[in-house]
Amino acid sequence: MSPAGRIRGKLRWSNLYSFSCFRPPVLESDGQNPLGGPGFSRVVHCNQPRVHRRKPLKYPTNYISTTKYNIITFLPKAIFEQFRRVANLYFLMAAILSLTPVAPFSAVSMIAPLAFVVGLSMAKEALEDWRRFMQDMKVNSRKISIHKGNGRFSYKPWQKVRVGDIVKVEKDQFFPADLLLLSSSYEDGICYVETMNLDGETNLKVKRCLEVTLSLEEDAAFGDFTGIIRCEDPNPNLYTFVGNLEYDRQVYALDPSQILLRDSKLRNTAYVYGVVIFTGHDSKVMQNSTRSPSKRSRIERKMDYIIYFLFTLLVLISLISSIGFAVKTKFDMPKAWYLQPKNTTNLYDPSRPALSGIFHLVTALILYGYLIPISLYVSIEVVKVLQAMFINQDLHMYDEESGNPALARTSNLNEELGQVDTILSDKTGTLTCNQMDFLKCSIAGVSYGVRSSEVEIAAAKQMASDLDGPNSEISGMPTQNSRIEDPWDNSGVGFAGSEIELETVVTSNDEKEPKPMIKGFSFEDSRLMNGNWLKEPNADVILLFFRILAICHTAIPEPNEETGSFNYEAESPDEGAFLLAAREFGFEFCKRTQTSVFIRERYPSGRPIEREYKVLNLLEFNSKRKRMTVIVQDEDGQILLLCKGADSIIFDRLAKNGRVFEEYTSRHLNEYGESGLRTLALAYRKLEEPEYTAWNSEFLRAKTTIGPDREAMLERVSDMMEKDLILVGATAVEDKLQKGVPQCIDKLAQAGLKIWVLTGDKMETAINIGYACSLLRQGMKRICITTMNTDLLAQDAKKAFFLSLVPEQAVKENVLMQITNASQMIKLEKDPHAAFALVIDGKTLVYALEDDMKHQFLSLAVDCASVICCRVSPRQKALVTRLVKEGTGKTTLAIGDGANDVGMIQEADIGVGISGVEGMQAVMASDFAIAQFRFLERLLVVHGHWCYKRIAQMICYFFYKNIAFGLTLFYFEAYTGFSGQSVYDDWYMLLFNVILTSLPVISLGVFEQDVSSEVCLQFPALYQQGPRNLFFDWYRIFGWMANGLYSSLIIFFLNINIFYDQAFRAGGQTSDMASVGATMFTCIIWAVNCQIALTMSHFTWIQHLFVWGSIGTWYIFLVLYGMLSPILSGNAFQILVEALAPAPIYWSVTLLVTIACNLPYLAHISFQRSFNPMDHHVIQEIKYYKKDVEDKHMWTRERSKARQETKIGFSARVDAKIRHLKGKLHKKYSSLGVQNVIPAS
Amino acid sequence: MTSKGATSSGGGDDGATKRNSKKPQYSRFTQQELPACKPILTPGWVITTFIFIGIIFIPIGLVSLFASERVVEIVDRYDEDCIPAKYSEDMVAFIQSSKTNKTCSRTLTVPKLMKSPVYVYYQLDNFYQNHRRYVKSRSDKQLRSKAYASETSTCAPEATTGNGSAIVPCGLIAWSLFNDTYGFSVNKKALEVSKKNIAWKSDKESKFGSDVFPKNFQSGGLIGGGKLDSSKPLSEQEDLMVWMRTAALPTFRKLYGKIEVDLEADEKITVVIQNNYNTYGFGGKKKLVISTTSWIGGKNDFLGIAYLMVGGMCLFLAISFILMYVIRPRPLGDPSFLSWNRNPAGHFN
Repeated sequence: MSPAGRIRGKLRWSNLYSFSCFRPPVLESDGQNPLGGPGFSRVVHCNQPRVHRRKPLKYPTNYISTTKYNIITFLPKAIFEQFRRVANLYFLMAAILSLTPVAPFSAVSMIAPLAFVVGLSMAKEALEDWRRFMQDMKVNSRKISIHKGNGRFSYKPWQKVRVGDIVKVEKDQFFPADLLLLSSSYEDGICYVETMNLDGETNLKVKRCLEVTLSLEEDAAFGDFTGIIRCEDPNPNLYTFVGNLEYDRQVYALDPSQILLRDSKLRNTAYVYGVVIFTGHDSKVMQNSTRSPSKRSRIERKMDYIIYFLFTLLVLISLISSIGFAVKTKFDMPKAWYLQPKNTTNLYDPSRPALSGIFHLVTALILYGYLIPISLYVSIEVVKVLQAMFINQDLHMYDEESGNPALARTSNLNEELGQVDTILSDKTGTLTCNQMDFLKCSIAGVSYGVRSSEVEIAAAKQMASDLDGPNSEISGMPTQNSRIEDPWDNSGVGFAGSEIELETVVTSNDEKEPKPMIKGFSFEDSRLMNGNWLKEPNADVILLFFRILAICHTAIPEPNEETGSFNYEAESPDEGAFLLAAREFGFEFCKRTQTSVFIRERYPSGRPIEREYKVLNLLEFNSKRKRMTVIVQDEDGQILLLCKGADSIIFDRLAKNGRVFEEYTSRHLNEYGESGLRTLALAYRKLEEPEYTAWNSEFLRAKTTIGPDREAMLERVSDMMEKDLILVGATAVEDKLQKGVPQCIDKLAQAGLKIWVLTGDKMETAINIGYACSLLRQGMKRICITTMNTDLLAQDAKKAFFLSLVPEQAVKENVLMQITNASQMIKLEKDPHAAFALVIDGKTLVYALEDDMKHQFLSLAVDCASVICCRVSPRQKALVTRLVKEGTGKTTLAIGDGANDVGMIQEADIGVGISGVEGMQAVMASDFAIAQFRFLERLLVVHGHWCYKRIAQMICYFFYKNIAFGLTLFYFEAYTGFSGQSVYDDWYMLLFNVILTSLPVISLGVFEQDVSSEVCLQFPALYQQGPRNLFFDWYRIFGWMANGLYSSLIIFFLNINIFYDQAFRAGGQTSDMASVGATMFTCIIWAVNCQIALTMSHFTWIQHLFVWGSIGTWYIFLVLYGMLSPILSGNAFQILVEALAPAPIYWSVTLLVTIACNLPYLAHISFQRSFNPMDHHVIQEIKYYKKDVEDKHMWTRERSKARQETKIGFSARVDAKIRHLKGKLHKKYSSLGVQNVIPAS
Repeated sequence: MTSKGATSSGGGDDGATKRNSKKPQYSRFTQQELPACKPILTPGWVITTFIFIGIIFIPIGLVSLFASERVVEIVDRYDEDCIPAKYSEDMVAFIQSSKTNKTCSRTLTVPKLMKSPVYVYYQLDNFYQNHRRYVKSRSDKQLRSKAYASETSTCAPEATTGNGSAIVPCGLIAWSLFNDTYGFSVNKKALEVSKKNIAWKSDKESKFGSDVFPKNFQSGGLIGGGKLDSSKPLSEQEDLMVWMRTAALPTFRKLYGKIEVDLEADEKITVVIQNNYNTYGFGGKKKLVISTTSWIGGKNDFLGIAYLMVGGMCLFLAISFILMYVIRPRPLGDPSFLSWNRNPAGHFN
């Protein structure tokens, strides 16, 4: 590192001395970039795709395939996948062994269910892969214009694009591959690119071609164009590119600004020409994509442990059984002449008991296989598919606007939805519509705009609905004012009331139906609209304000034929909103040329006047400067500097006489920020000609400097000019949140979920949205972790450059220190209500996510109420997700809409994609797709809660029933000399799982509802039963297993004792194996089906049909089976009709065993409900007795209490406010000497 | 212009219908809003249920016990007593010898009046009729029809004779047929033991063919148990049918016959036993059982006791539930039992 750095440094200096910097930086790159070396070996012959048909320059085609299988590999690969599941492998072995004489059952009864299960799963796989294939085909067959030769272009599908092709991409088309930009429809060879699908950023990026290729601006020019590109090998770094272009016997260095990446979109540019560099899977976006991992839910993973446990149990009892068999065979069998012990095979050879024992082990493993039911997997699969169907069909999650219903793309994570602990959310397109609404402004110290922001509206609603919540505690105090309708007056204290009244005034007009508005402009104030501003006292300032809005930007107007006005293509949606606002105020920006901006100014009196403003300089916005400036000359020759920027930056640069409105403006800015609006301050400065000319020459010099100092110089020069400003006012733009987002976040927070926002956006934007969504609020302690003092560090870096030091180390230490300090601060915090918010940016995250620091970072983040990560790359999103997932061990859900969220969506336990917006990548990678963020609430709190409980109960019950059944087989063994004979007919056992007990358990898994969906939504705290895993903890699982053990003992021993040796009928007949087996089986069917009926709390006709129908089916089966020829039915021939049904003892045993089996469970749930009820029990009772209707007050009170202690969301805001008020009250009362009791909160 | 507008609006409609096609259809089923009953285990229900079960079960238990008490049963173990003293060291030799006299006479006293029909059983102990090797060794096809006489594939090791011709009936079960016989007399007067209708009707009519006659049975080197009259079809061999119904447990009784006269109390019954069957080899017991039946079958106290216990348990639960409820009542639907009210700190259980 250090020697190379030194050499590089020397080179630069030598360049300078020899004035070589005026030449294009030819070959300089050779020193930096080892082109041609390892990792940089790619050679592209431009316009000669034929060269790339042969090795060694043969690169992959542009055909992409994301499928897992193809027709040939499907069968072997899919079968391999299936039998990678341990359980399936076990069943496969059992099926194979069932073909040998050791099997206790017929082979069909083992193979058929296995084939069914495997077939079903494989069919599902095939279907999913088919969908992927169709998606790929759609992409592959998109059309693009390719140069055919001789300057002619023609359309071909994407998959035909080859490396070296010249392609022409038109406006709003996607780039088919990674391209080198050659020229565009603009003279200066720039083009605008939207990289939404890559990084989620919606602002347009400018790409600029090399000057040498500018001339290639029409089709014909490509007839004889050639060139060679040498560049890096395919890699996933979106923001780097190293290479050079050999053209006209010159070599030109290339950098990322000339590279157009696949899946980004051309905007605002008629067309561009480009050379294909990376195709198909070589392209950066494809290199970035990771195979979607197959996800399994927590419950399913836990189920594996249960399976292992049961498998151990199975092996154990099989061992007992086979040892018993070996002993019996050795000692007892030689005496049992009726078995002809001398005339045996290996299976029963008394002379070789060990061998027989080993054979018997196999038999036993198959026989007791009922402990691990194959049908469990089928049933779960079926149940999950049906649950997914319910999710898909839910009308409450159907978006009328986009016409998209919710879609469960994988069904195996349904129950995971009920256990989510942390939500990681994208911002743009997920929380916000990425549509800016000009809402308010402050001009000359006067605030305009009466409409309230969504946050205010929602907060007001929340407060209204929280009337008698926490506030009721203080309502018992003596009040002077007894108006009840106003919650805040309940406190009855004048000063508090007045403070709140402001708020209610602000929010009072939320009742009004907003009139149809221009998209992006929600401003409403008669003082400014329709030219009324002229009557305002500071009309001249207002005029200036409007002009700044109309002039200070980088947008391009586009005539809109329909309305006759203009649409604006702006780099950021804020600018678009400003321009719309300016237009509505009568300052329509109508034309931009290279040098001028034209504004059509409209005054109430007279015709619009078109004014030209010469743009002398444009100092662009960037995240460091946080401001943008234009210097214009108006028609009178007056030179004006117009500046807009972050308030802190602008305020620092005000002239002494420019601070007239500072106090009021900053108060307004605070108010706007509080209501979740994005604010910018506007300022101007008048320039004198000589001052400007002097500065301009310096600026030009800085601009033409080549070398590392250019940026710094430019900045310094800009700084010189952007000072002594005069404040005009401020704007407040609402980043339109998606519908219902704040409410949804509030509900989710009440349900105890933590929400992290990961966004590619700027830190300020992210923080504003944090306010808008109530993730942040005033009074929250905000911890910002950044690689601060970037200037300082940059200087350090420069020093380090020469000193050959590693600056990274310093940065890293700095970050670590920040993290440690913050953690310390949280630890030392005494106030239990203090909330912390962590804001961190992508650059810092690089360090924070390193192995040695990530745990400190995580523990800090977990302590914070909300976490916002800004400027994060897709990869970092995935890394953060992984960190949360693995670090906390809790379930994470990632939600996003763009291709940049794919990594995160795939990494999280559950990935949710927002459908209906641009790009399908997020949806394609997701497990669930919903149309709006707000549906997340229903998806989690209703469906997740239900599915979790359903699956948990279902699995518990499944193990119960199979233990209850399987162990009876084992007990019976002990009575048959461990010979492996089962007391039941083969068919009973086969039908047990397939028909007789499967439908009730499926109906439990599909239809069970502990409380209705409304209650789920009203009592978000119920959701916590999932993340706390109350229904699938080991206590409960083992409880059910013990219940199974108990039932098996009862079933078996009651039957055996009653049918011991006595006649069981008045006719004197004694029982044989068939009748004992059938009776015992009847008892099992009754016991397990009554058990499930006790488990259910929600019976529709379907449950009734399945549960009682299963019992009926058993009798019907027994009758029908008994009617078959005795060759088929054996000893079961006519068993029910002839032997069992006429015997009263048969029926009385059934009754006895059924009751005895279910008695402990019944007692358990009765006692639990009566003396230690869970929340849903109480709510069920309230509903049952319709107490919620009788006592509405109680119901609303409980609803508002039924939420997790939360530090984010409106509720937290409201709580904080109340605490604040109470604190004041307390002071006041104690100062008055009133000794009253105020609940300490 | 108008036409353009029309087409565009038409297009819009198309779009709308297309959109709406993705809209889920409303049905109570898909919206999970089917009418449902949501029963709740209120204390009232719980107590009623427990008491109800108790009230039902205890009488059933009493009735069963009473029925069981009415059954009169005589059990006589004769396997050891029927061995002459000189063979007591080597009982297997005695039973296997074809020369020994195996007749044995027993006297039984009737304890109480035994109303006809009186059932005669033999009981074997430690005989694993449920051993897998044993259970499988039969051929239902062969038993049913003459056509399947050679279907002996499942009958190993007793499928064919040495020269390969099929044994009918084949298999270990038939081969080990029980062959002790009992002759009853009261006061020197022979008691008729009916052997008709001791097997299930379905066995006689459907399972054992009327055209299947025993063949090669017990003619091999090893003689198992009883022989069959080869002139009678299997459908008339009821002893075989009873025996072929393999018992579930290693201790079992099988019906030998019926005595269709009443036996008075204190009557002395003399039983002449042909002690042929070898239980000595595997240490089994042989018992002769004479018993009447009631509606619950033979003497079976366990059923009644079990009913009484479960019923008693229910009453106990009901009482303890009532007691607990009196001590710690909880009004149903009382919101103060919600977790957020019980643990205001926000800790949910």
